[in-house]
This record gives sequence, structure tokens and C-alpha cells, in this order.
Amino acid sequence: MLGRTLQEVSAALKQGQITPVELCQKCLSLIKKTKFLNAYITISEEVALKQAEESEKRYKKGHSLGALDGIPVAVKDNFSTSGIETTCASNMLKGYVPPYNATVVQRLLDQGAVLMGKTNLDEFAMGALGSDTGGSTRNPAAHCGIVGFKPSYGLVSRHGLIPLVNSMDVPGILTRCVDDAATVLGVLAGHDPKDSTTIQDPGKPFMLSSLTDVSKLCIGIPKEYLVPELSSEVRSFWSKAANLFESEGAKVIEVSLPHTSYSIVCYHVLCTSEVASNMARFDGLEYGHRCDIDVSTEAMYAATRREGFNDVVRGRILAGNFFLLKENYANYFIKAQKVRRLIANDFVNVFNSGVDVLLTPTTLSEAVPYLEFIKEDNRTRSAQDDIFTQAVNMAGLPAVSVPVALSNQGLPVGLQFIGRAFCDQQLLTVAKWFEKQVQFPVIQLQELMDDCSSVFEIEKLASVSLKQ
Amino acid sequence: MAAPMLRGRCLGRCWALACIDSGSRHGRGAATGFTSSGKRGQSFVAQQPLLTAQKSRKGEHKWAAVVGLEIHAQIASNSKLFSGSQVHFAAPPNSLVSFFDASLPGTLPVLNRRCVEAAVMTGLALNCHINKKSLFDRKHYFYADLPAGYQITQQRLPIAVNGSLAYSVCVGKKWRQVITKTVRIKQIQLEQDSGKSLHDELRSQTLIDLNRAGVGLLEVVLEPDMSCGEEAATAVRELQLILQALGTSQANMAEGQLRVDANISVHHPGEPLGVRTEVKNLNSARFLARAIDYEIQRQINELENGCEILNETRSFDYKLGFMPEPNLPPLLLYDTASLPAGADPQQVINIDRIREQLPELPSETREKLIQQYGILPEHSFALLNEVGLLEFFQNVIKETRAEPKKVTSWVLNIFLGFLKQRNLAVNESPVTPSVLAELLNLLDRKVISSAAAKQVFEELWRSKGKTPSQIVSERKLELMQDEEALERVCHAVMEGHPQVVMDMKRGNPRAINKLIGLVRKVTHNRADPTVIKEILEKQLSS
Repeated sequence: MLGRTLQEVSAALKQGQITPVELCQKCLSLIKKTKFLNAYITISEEVALKQAEESEKRYKKGHSLGALDGIPVAVKDNFSTSGIETTCASNMLKGYVPPYNATVVQRLLDQGAVLMGKTNLDEFAMGALGSDTGGSTRNPAAHCGIVGFKPSYGLVSRHGLIPLVNSMDVPGILTRCVDDAATVLGVLAGHDPKDSTTIQDPGKPFMLSSLTDVSKLCIGIPKEYLVPELSSEVRSFWSKAANLFESEGAKVIEVSLPHTSYSIVCYHVLCTSEVASNMARFDGLEYGHRCDIDVSTEAMYAATRREGFNDVVRGRILAGNFFLLKENYANYFIKAQKVRRLIANDFVNVFNSGVDVLLTPTTLSEAVPYLEFIKEDNRTRSAQDDIFTQAVNMAGLPAVSVPVALSNQGLPVGLQFIGRAFCDQQLLTVAKWFEKQVQFPVIQLQELMDDCSSVFEIEKLASVSLKQ
Repeated sequence: MAAPMLRGRCLGRCWALACIDSGSRHGRGAATGFTSSGKRGQSFVAQQPLLTAQKSRKGEHKWAAVVGLEIHAQIASNSKLFSGSQVHFAAPPNSLVSFFDASLPGTLPVLNRRCVEAAVMTGLALNCHINKKSLFDRKHYFYADLPAGYQITQQRLPIAVNGSLAYSVCVGKKWRQVITKTVRIKQIQLEQDSGKSLHDELRSQTLIDLNRAGVGLLEVVLEPDMSCGEEAATAVRELQLILQALGTSQANMAEGQLRVDANISVHHPGEPLGVRTEVKNLNSARFLARAIDYEIQRQINELENGCEILNETRSFDYKLGFMPEPNLPPLLLYDTASLPAGADPQQVINIDRIREQLPELPSETREKLIQQYGILPEHSFALLNEVGLLEFFQNVIKETRAEPKKVTSWVLNIFLGFLKQRNLAVNESPVTPSVLAELLNLLDRKVISSAAAKQVFEELWRSKGKTPSQIVSERKLELMQDEEALERVCHAVMEGHPQVVMDMKRGNPRAINKLIGLVRKVTHNRADPTVIKEILEKQLSS
């Protein structure tokens, strides 16, 4: 049951094949078994069971709220959850229990979803697995063989999402299949009066149509994305995907996004600047960590922030402060804004020339083993991994990573589709067609774990590496 | 010893304040409640030392002062600028704080429509150009009463620019002549107020109250067109009246709804402007003028003694720049011509509509008073200067046949005098407009004399519930109507005091007053002194 898609589970709940409480308990059990992965910061067991019980009551009466009723969901720990600790994986917010729900969380709960807990992330979402600011919905999805969808900026409310870069952050959706992502989007999208950057339209649930004929479609392949660092395997999957579209009648053309190479640097200037600003509120006064020093307010600020933030965060704050200094502002911040405009215009031009959807890799290669991963410092790491996903955030466009195949090592690889702004539905329609063609095998975690001869060995490895 | 220090543009009442002895060094510690810190002027900083060239006798050089103002007015709205928490004065600490005000992570600003309208109204009333597109920025600094570590303001592109404020100073003999002056308004911007910190010295701690954090402010920047404390205070007063007439701010300085920072420099006329210092957070109109003049004098003294004016940058004015506020799109305003078709009126603001609905401004009100009642300009100022006084005046006028000039005189001199003596506001007066009107009617009909009227007024003030007529009859204050009887009394008094009459004949002016006094005594003060005088003079001449 736990390996099924959202729609399948929803159907099963409706038909009574499984109850919400049973489902919830299975999920909790698996979470406990996989605890060594450290995927969850907080497991909200009591809350989840309570929600599951209420869902069950509704199903018994035949009054289910919709497709999400009783469905277990997990929320990244940078979304504010009322009464449940929200830490952003940072010491600074250890013990912080918010008094309100993020809008997206509220919308999920209003549909009867069951909140299993808060998932882990790099401190304040500042790692290579960034936040949905640089690609961290799509990158992990590609590495794990699931669907990772980033909606258009302004489509989904950011109220309650603890911000990294306000002008680029978007809540991202991770699901097993494209249809499920569409289901969740239907619940989350639409105007939120609490977020002034959302569109005015109220939004409503929708069903993705099943595309059969792609002959009217024009797929663009950005030539600047063919970089030397791209692994030959991913490159070949990309090529095969393009051929697939072509063979089914779609028009596939090479396009140019000339300012692509400036994207990462531009992102770093804008990101660190906004980070420096957004982190200014963490002073230990109103909430979160506060040091023991009480000699003076300034001393308290300094110690609190040194204790509360890790190196990466502090590094970014310092960098951001540098760019925001009066004498640097024009040369760095304003310039980066201008470059951002150029990058966004690249996409506009391409879409205006008749291209419907862009097809690119999501990552340079399959997931890299942990020990190799930690060899590079954070900034280099981000620079490398976000190369295909970053520009999309600068331009505010919708994008989705769809698993395409397993690598020679047996690890998942995904490809990315990028759509026009606010054409999320069309984008997902194309992605759904591709998904159907590709028939990527669903990961059966249960089997995987049963197969594992020594679970303890995995546990030991994981705990050793995490200590570093 | 005294030498007038300030010449140039400062006129009228300014003279009174400006006559300060230049010879002595004024101590710096006298004035309390404000901090003086220097700030480098922008385009007009004079770097040359002003005195090294000619060290002449002190007081010989003329000085001119230049004063600019930054005024923060709290917007009168139900909720704060970017959040829904209420705005109340003196609520229990931290009881009006929303998640956003406390800067809880993940919260976002949502712009308050009423605050935008207030800014547009104020801009229009001050002859500003309203920017159809304006932007919001973050101004960063660390302070305990600023939870987010930044203030949302409008630095790059504020909502209104290039306006003017007209105010009037009274000059000439007995300050009868009224001169209108103008100060340019650089800009008006919307911004957040900060919370309040209270320092507890005993326990070495600071207590923070965030009730005020996030309340909407209008920052009105006045160019340095003023030249002394009086001008600055008058301009501020006029701005207060305008804001109150518009209803955009209650502008009560004592309650912190209007705060003024002054930028001050001095220079010799004809030379470049001097180094600027800043006097911050003045929250009383009276104190404002004094503090500014004090600073002007201090700078003059320093410079005359060969010192330079020091620049002390504010401690948190380190050079971190502004950053655009990414969570607020540009603020777009429309006029009737540019309004998009089918626009939801709830979602858009039409500048023309707001202009049409502007209430009457103080300058218009004064003009009307002068036209309607023929009162003097300086009286029209006085009537508007006190809260509730104009309404009181108009209510009295409604119910009395007495001439407006008489009413004005009574309201501004006697009534206001009584209020000031007892430190009362108009709405605390025990005498209502009707009662005063009745009294003035008695006076107008010559039922009582002017002197008697004043007595009655005193009594009215003391004992509530009695009408003027009652007091008049109780105290037998009615004027003698019988002229013949009065003539007889005068004659009798003159007969009884031949010596005084002799003095009178000799031209002693005080003699007649003595006789008047005697007549009044005999008639129990029921005769009009002016009539008595007439009769005595007539009898004397015959």
C-alpha cells in the first residue's frame, strides 16, 4: 500500500480496503524502521493518529473531504506548523513551536491530509539540496526516482514558509507520479490574502488530461545546458528523451539561453543578500535560541547568532552584508538584478518563438556517494548541482523533474521539463505523457529493506557520516 | 551686553528668542530630553573652518541658521501598516502584537489600504505630486525594538514628492502683521513605527513593548527652508492642524503621534552652509522651538570660539544599504484617466476621488472666518490653534446677537484666559457656548456693564448650574436704566467732593476716575462707567 500512488491509495481508502488509521500506522512503522536515514526531524505521531482517526470517521459517514483525505504527508521543516516544533534544521530555532500554520500546510490539513512529521533539510535550506529556491525539490526527486515539481512563482502561497530568498522561494511538491503532483497542486494553488506576491485567481482542483497526440508540441533543447560536467549517462538519457518526442511527432528544436552561465553567480549575490536580510530577525529576543550572555544587548546578539547559526549560514550572512553595503550595492546587488532580468528574458524569448516546453537534465549525474559528496565545500557543491535548476527560479517559471531510468549503478536519474509562467497545468500534462512512455519502475522500499542483509551496517555507516 | 544674534530670514517673534548674549558660553547640559548628534550634510557641507580667516570681535559677524525637519506622524487607522493588529494608545504591553509584528519566521507583510489613502490625502493637502508607482524597501539595523532587524520604508521611490507647506508668522508692532512663509516638502513616505524600549537601570535590563511596532507612519521631510525655532514650531503646528483636519493623524505630540527631528546648521550669509547636526525626537511643540534655538546658539558659540561643529554618526547608522522589500509588489495608484476598465474599486485607489473628497483645510477655514465674521487674521489663527475652540466660538456666534468682534474678544481673551489659568482644555470648560452666548446677549442689550459681565463670568465659572440672568439678578448687577437718577447721583457726588472737582477742572486726569469710582460705589456698581464719565464731563462743562 505504501508503494502506491496517491490516487490509488485514495481509491483504496474510499473503498474501505484500508482505513486511514491503518495507513497511518504502517507509515509510522516504516518511518521508525528507517530512522537511521535521519529523514525526519520531528515525527508528529500523536497528531497524525488523531488526524487519521478523524479521517476515518469521515470515510465511515461517506463524507470524505477529497482526494487527500487520510493521505499521509510530510512537510519540510522550514514550513511553519502550529503546535509542532519548526527548526529549519538550525540551532537558532531549536525548540521553536510556531503558533500558526503555513498556508500550504493549512490547505493540506483542510483537505484531511495526515501530517506525519517535519522532514530534514540543510540548515535554513542552504545546502546543495537547497530549497525550492535553487532546485531542491527537483534535485532530490531526480536522485530518488520520484516526481519533484516546482510551481510558478506566485501560484502557491509562501505564507509560513520560512524564507531563504523571498523572490525565488516556492513551495515544492514531491510525489510518486505526475497525477499526484497535480492533485496536490489543485489543493495548494490560488490566491492567499496573507501573501501579497500570489496571483489574484482563487485556484481550484483540476484533473490532468491524458495527452495522446504530441504532434502539436514544440520541445526546446537549450544548447547551453550541454556542459562538459554532464555525465555521459545522463546525456544519453536526455538525448533518448528528445528522440522519443520527435519519433512521436513532436517538433524538437535546439534553442539558446545565452545568459545561462551567469546564473549561479547571480543567484549567489541575490541569495546571500536576501539571506542576510531575512536572518536579521534571529536575535534571540522574541523566539528561538538565546545565549546565556546578558551583559549587553549587542553582546547577546553576537553570541546568540554565533551559537545559533552554522558556518554556511554565517558565511552567507556575511557575504550578503558585504553586497548590501552602500558602496557595494550598485556594483553587486543592482547588477545581479539586471543579470537576473536578462536570464528571465532568455526564457521569454524562447517561449515567444513557439516553444511550449523545454527539456533538460535535472542533475549532472546520479546521486554521488556521501563520502565523495563531502569532499567539496558547500558553495562549489551548489554551483555544480544547481546548474540546470537554478535559472528556473530566477525566472519564476514552473518546472518538474520526472524520473527517466536507472543508471548503471542502479540509481535513479531524472529529466526536467520547464514551462511558461502560469502554464503549470500544461507542463504537467506533457510530463505525464512522458512518464507514461518511460514507465520508470516504482521503488519498493519495503522489499529493498527486506533484501538488505545487514540493516545494522547501514545504520552504522549513516551515523558515522552524519557525525562529520 | 545683549546683541541680536540672528538676522537674515528670521522675523517677528523670533526676535524675542534671538536676543541672547553672545559673550558667554552656554553650557551644554541644560536642555534635557533630546540628543544632539551631527550628520554630514549632503550637497552643501562647508568643510572650510569658518573662523580662521578673520577673527574679529565676537558678535560682529552676522549668522544665519538653516533648519530642516523630518516629521513622523502616526497614521490614524484601525490596524497597523502591514498587519491586522489593532492600534491603540496605552494598551497593556505586548497586547497588540500579531505574528508578523513579532517577526515570527514565515510571516509576510500585507499593505493596509487605509494607510495608503491617508498618505495620498496628506500628499494632496500638501500640494505634492503623488507617485503613481512607489516602492517599499528594507532599512536594516539591529535594535531591540525592531524585531525583524529591518524597518520597511520607502527609500527609493516614496508615495509623494515635491510639495509645500504654508505657515504664517506674526510680525511688526504687537505682532499685528501676518506674513505667510512656505517650506518645501521633499517627500512623504510610508513606513513602520518601531516598538518601545524601557530601560530598567535597577535590574540592568531593557523591557520591550511591541504594541507600537508596525504602526503606520507618514514621514514628512521638510527642506531646510526655515531659519529659527519659531518658524519650525509654527510649520509643525500648521502641519498638525492639517493632519487633524484631514483625519489622517491625530498628531498629538504628547502621545507620541507626532515626532520631530530637526537638522540644524549655521553659516554666514553669502557663504556656503555649515555642518549639520541633528536634534532628535522632539515631542512637544514648545520644546521644539527652544531646543532648536538652543542648538543654533550652541553652534554659533562653538564656531565663534574657534571650534568646529562635530559630526557624530548615529550608532546604528553603519553603512548597510537598503534592499528592496521582495514581499511587496510595487504600489500602483490610479487616477480617473488611467483606471483600468472593470477594476474592482476595493482593489484600486483613485487619486482623483480622494482629491474630490478632501475636507476643508485650516487655511481655508481661517479665510472663511475672516470673510464671514470680519475678524482679524491673527484672531483666525488663535481660534484654530486650540482644540475645540473654533467649534466653541461658532456655537456662541449662533446663539448671540452680539457682534462677532465682541464674541472674538471674549472667547480669545477672557474665556481662553480662564482656561489657560486653570490648565483646562476647551471641552473641560464649565461654561458652555450657550451660557456665554446668553451673557453676551445681556451685555449687548446693555442690561449689564462690561465690568459686571466679567464678574458674572467669574461666577459662572465657579458655580455650575446658574444662568447668567440668575446671577445678574442675585447680585443686582443690572445697569441703572434711569439716566435722570444717575445724573442726580453724579451731581450729588460732585457737590460732595469739591476738591476733586477742582482737580478735575485743573486737568488732572485721575480726578475723574476718582469721581467715577465714587459714583459707582453709590450706585452699587450698577452704572456703566462710560456713561458715568460722560455725565460727569457734561455736568462739569455746563
